[in-house]
Amino acid sequence: MTTPTPSPADALLSAVLLEDSAVLLTAWAAALDRQFAGARDVADAERECGRLLTAVGRELRADPAIPPRGSTRWEPLRDVLVELSRDCAQAGLSPSETATLVFLLKQPLFDRLRERAAESAGGAEGLTDALWAATTFVDELGLESFDAYLRSREDIIRRQQDELLELSTPVVKLWTGILAVPLIGTLDSARTQVVMESLLEKIIETDAPMAIIDITGVPTVDTLVAQHLLKTVAAARLMGADCIISGIRPQIAQTIVHLGLDLSDVTTKASLADALRVALDRSGYEVRKIGRPA
Amino acid sequence: MSGDEVALSSDEDVVRARHVTRRLAVEAGLRLVDQTKLVTAVSELARNTVIHGGGGVLTAGLVHDGPRTGVRVTCQDEGPGIADLDRAFQDGYTTGNGLGLGFGGARRLVHDFDVRTAPGQGTTITVVRWG
Repeated sequence: MTTPTPSPADALLSAVLLEDSAVLLTAWAAALDRQFAGARDVADAERECGRLLTAVGRELRADPAIPPRGSTRWEPLRDVLVELSRDCAQAGLSPSETATLVFLLKQPLFDRLRERAAESAGGAEGLTDALWAATTFVDELGLESFDAYLRSREDIIRRQQDELLELSTPVVKLWTGILAVPLIGTLDSARTQVVMESLLEKIIETDAPMAIIDITGVPTVDTLVAQHLLKTVAAARLMGADCIISGIRPQIAQTIVHLGLDLSDVTTKASLADALRVALDRSGYEVRKIGRPA
Repeated sequence: MSGDEVALSSDEDVVRARHVTRRLAVEAGLRLVDQTKLVTAVSELARNTVIHGGGGVLTAGLVHDGPRTGVRVTCQDEGPGIADLDRAFQDGYTTGNGLGLGFGGARRLVHDFDVRTAPGQGTTITVVRWG
């Protein structure tokens, strides 16, 4: 790939970004202090601003054309912006404040471009184009930081979702040969899958003939939830384990009837205690109070 | 009707649809059984919108009729529409992988049930449960 000669506008902008980076950084930092001073601690972010200008300088020294967003030359800049937005997030800045912080580079950059144009003969002609190139470039930097900020948030949310998936589906042993899964919250398909797998694994592991699925903590039992439950029960049955579904509250029972769901193949109980009693009974245990010795 | 809007395009949106409906049902003073029935009906309809309608919008709000307060929920999509309504209401009939109970069940769980649909014209279903 051949490198095309940069436009006069790019050349002017490159020259400013390369040769005046120290002046730019000082003015940028001053603008940051005016904007955020007192409200936020932007010391870390300021350091990243310096790193950003250094990274920009490194790219421009190799090729004075302004790197477009998404190109390979843009990547080092994006890496710095990821760091920058992380520091901003830690300092409590919102995504738009983070982008604003980047946009504050515009004023110093415009000032320097104007001075340069005034210094050189005939520089005024290229000034408008150079300003346009500058505003486009800084906008792209700002938007990249905005995206990086949101991406880091999404990563956190995704990680928390995964953790929740693991956390909220424990299979517990209630008694020898009796397992229980207390389900809580929404039974979307991803979680039901995890429940089903961990229950079936535990059945194998413990050789348990009885399993109780408790849905006290499930606010809505619709046809999809019921289908998932019935599939789990059927799979457990294939492996030789009997399932009891407990925690059917009155409002759930009435709703199930109106929906027309047929749960007659499954033993259901109102409470976990009732289900445990049935499970113990079927396993041949007898529960009774012992009379206290007089 | 003051309205809450939920865009329906994924499983998570169905969860949000249920939350919005539950909140309005509490606001309308519906009893727990009525809340649960309405929320379950909306869960079925919103999921149908996502799966069969290719996504859509849910609007929900309170309605008043004399001394009665109720919750009205509308699920609207621009999907293929329902060709044969009578069959769609039949228990056990499904064009997907479900149990085929949701559509008919939803109708039994609410007081008013209104469907506007035609092949290629999308589907709009409005339900009301009164307190």
